[in-house]
Amino acid sequence: MKKGPSTTSFFINGLLLVICLIWTLPTFGLLMTSFRDRDVVSKTGWWTTLTRPSQANLTIDNYKQVLSGKKITLVDHKGNKRTVRGDNLNRAFLNSLTVSIPAVVIPILIASFAAYGFAWMDFPGRKILFIIVVALLVVPLQIALIPLLRDYGRLELTGTFLAIWLAHTGFGLPLSVYLMYNYISQLPRSIIESAIIDGCSHFGVFWKLILPLSVPAIASLSIFQFLWVWNDLLVALVFIGSKPGVEVLTQRLLYMIGSRGQDWHLLCAGAFVSMILPLTVFLSLQRYFVRGLLAGSVKG
Amino acid sequence: MAGVKLEKLEKTYPNGFKAVHGVDLNIKDGEFMVFVGPSGCAKSTTLRMVAGLEEITGGRIYIGERIVNDIEPKDRDIAMVFQNYALYPHMTVYKNMAWVLKLKKTPKREIDQRVKKAAEILGLTSMLNRKPKQLSGGQMQRVAVGRAIVRSPKVFLFDEPLSNLDAKLRVQMRVEISKLHKKLKNTMIYVTHDQVEAMTMGDRICVMELGRIKQVDTPTNLYNFPANTFVAGFIGSPSMNLIEARLTFENGVCYADTQNMHLRLPDEIGRKVKTYDGKEVFLGIRPEHITSKMANKEAIDNFFKAEVLVVENMGNEVFIYFTLDNNQYIARSDPSIRIKSGDRHEMWFDTRYVHLFDRKTKQNLIHKPKTG
Repeated sequence: MKKGPSTTSFFINGLLLVICLIWTLPTFGLLMTSFRDRDVVSKTGWWTTLTRPSQANLTIDNYKQVLSGKKITLVDHKGNKRTVRGDNLNRAFLNSLTVSIPAVVIPILIASFAAYGFAWMDFPGRKILFIIVVALLVVPLQIALIPLLRDYGRLELTGTFLAIWLAHTGFGLPLSVYLMYNYISQLPRSIIESAIIDGCSHFGVFWKLILPLSVPAIASLSIFQFLWVWNDLLVALVFIGSKPGVEVLTQRLLYMIGSRGQDWHLLCAGAFVSMILPLTVFLSLQRYFVRGLLAGSVKG
Repeated sequence: MAGVKLEKLEKTYPNGFKAVHGVDLNIKDGEFMVFVGPSGCAKSTTLRMVAGLEEITGGRIYIGERIVNDIEPKDRDIAMVFQNYALYPHMTVYKNMAWVLKLKKTPKREIDQRVKKAAEILGLTSMLNRKPKQLSGGQMQRVAVGRAIVRSPKVFLFDEPLSNLDAKLRVQMRVEISKLHKKLKNTMIYVTHDQVEAMTMGDRICVMELGRIKQVDTPTNLYNFPANTFVAGFIGSPSMNLIEARLTFENGVCYADTQNMHLRLPDEIGRKVKTYDGKEVFLGIRPEHITSKMANKEAIDNFFKAEVLVVENMGNEVFIYFTLDNNQYIARSDPSIRIKSGDRHEMWFDTRYVHLFDRKTKQNLIHKPKTG
């Protein structure tokens, strides 16, 4: 009897290991390549960095080039100078941040308000409204792109940050409301009633009780929403278009693939620039991430 | 301080279910009133209507002289203690207690004084900086009580505050709340399903069933003079034996008859039920009024052979479960009596303490209740 579980766990662990390798190995390769000289990239594989470290010639020039917005002069390991035009990911990185932060804060704030209303306030049509909001989960956002673009055109919003904040807010709300509702409706009723007897208004209850108590749910939802917005290309492409100076990272990367399809060293560096923030966010908040996935399904 | 008066109080839910059917109750200023009843008897709903958490669909509630039907919970001058404590988990004990005063814009120094005084009364002084999750159940409940005390409300409302605690702690907190009432002398309304809590704590007890008041009286009166079969069966543990019997009069003496039993009732009882000659009634007798014949050797009548089913020894007393005429009875007896399960044994019924209830109205025929 004892043998069963141990073989099972052996297989499970083995499988997990394989999955991890399948994911990590190319990523690691990407990371290595992003630090390699452009001449070496076309001649040898990234693993030679590990097998023959003496010939690796690791450099941060690739990053300098992709990040910079101007023409810069790079000196390679042989001392040759060359002047290249930067890909301006620096600017795109800031743009992505400018898009992502409000596009995370706004929908989650609205969703928390809505979730509190749906969970704890009595008003006519509450159930049907909630069902409608949740039903919107199944509507693909692509359906809304063209009508929205038309309206934005009329309002002269196209190509502005406001346009994309609003779009992400709208697209993110159904899931956010649903997840926040699941969490907030599980909070004990008596806490809220107690606060009401203490003399708190609904707004006070929300602000002083519900928000502080919902931190785990808000954190996990923020991660989801942030990853979605940060990695989004479609919405950005539609509503920002090719307006220079407003482009986000994903758009710049797409552009780089077009213009520098052969320059793997630059593409790898670019890819890593776009990965670095989600990776940091995930690693620093992973505690909430795991807990947040369970939000609503398991009590406590 | 103020009393609470319920006048024809009704609660009908939007789906048409009527939970409270015209409850009338006058709770005196400074009184400890306990609402007790089985689950679903609307005791909590009634309390929540007093608190203002549940809309009143009929009747009136007075707190003091004021009708509070349309007054917000916060303006009713009440404090409520919930079953699951309802502490704010992200605030320290101090902040939990101070919050309500802060919302009322009380000066900081006064907040500090009142919180510290409440903490002292409840023995929480050393825990003021802890978060609720660092406290035990009993401590959390004390914080919840403390939160009520700092408001110095006219009326305290307790909604089954002890049912989340373990048995030992419950007894301890029961005493503490009673002591608190003696100290503060506020009006308190206490909801519980536990009749032991009700009996030990209440100045008066309001027994409810299915949204109606069955009897309101002091614990002693409820126990000794239950108004109807419901109260008779609900109050007292183990509960009163209730059996179907027929009353007959032979030469002016009243007897209660079942299949094999011919219980002679005292004359004073007989006088009160003269009109029930030949009628079916419920006969109620508490377990302590049935004993083994061995314990009362002088008895000349009212003993019957019964089959002992189970004997439960509690140490200080024994409960004897036995059957007679297909009815199951329970008797409470001295542990010195040697009875085993399976014995056939003569049980003696002390008929001075029997109750008779009308079969239809289920009202007590001997003791007419005083109205509360």
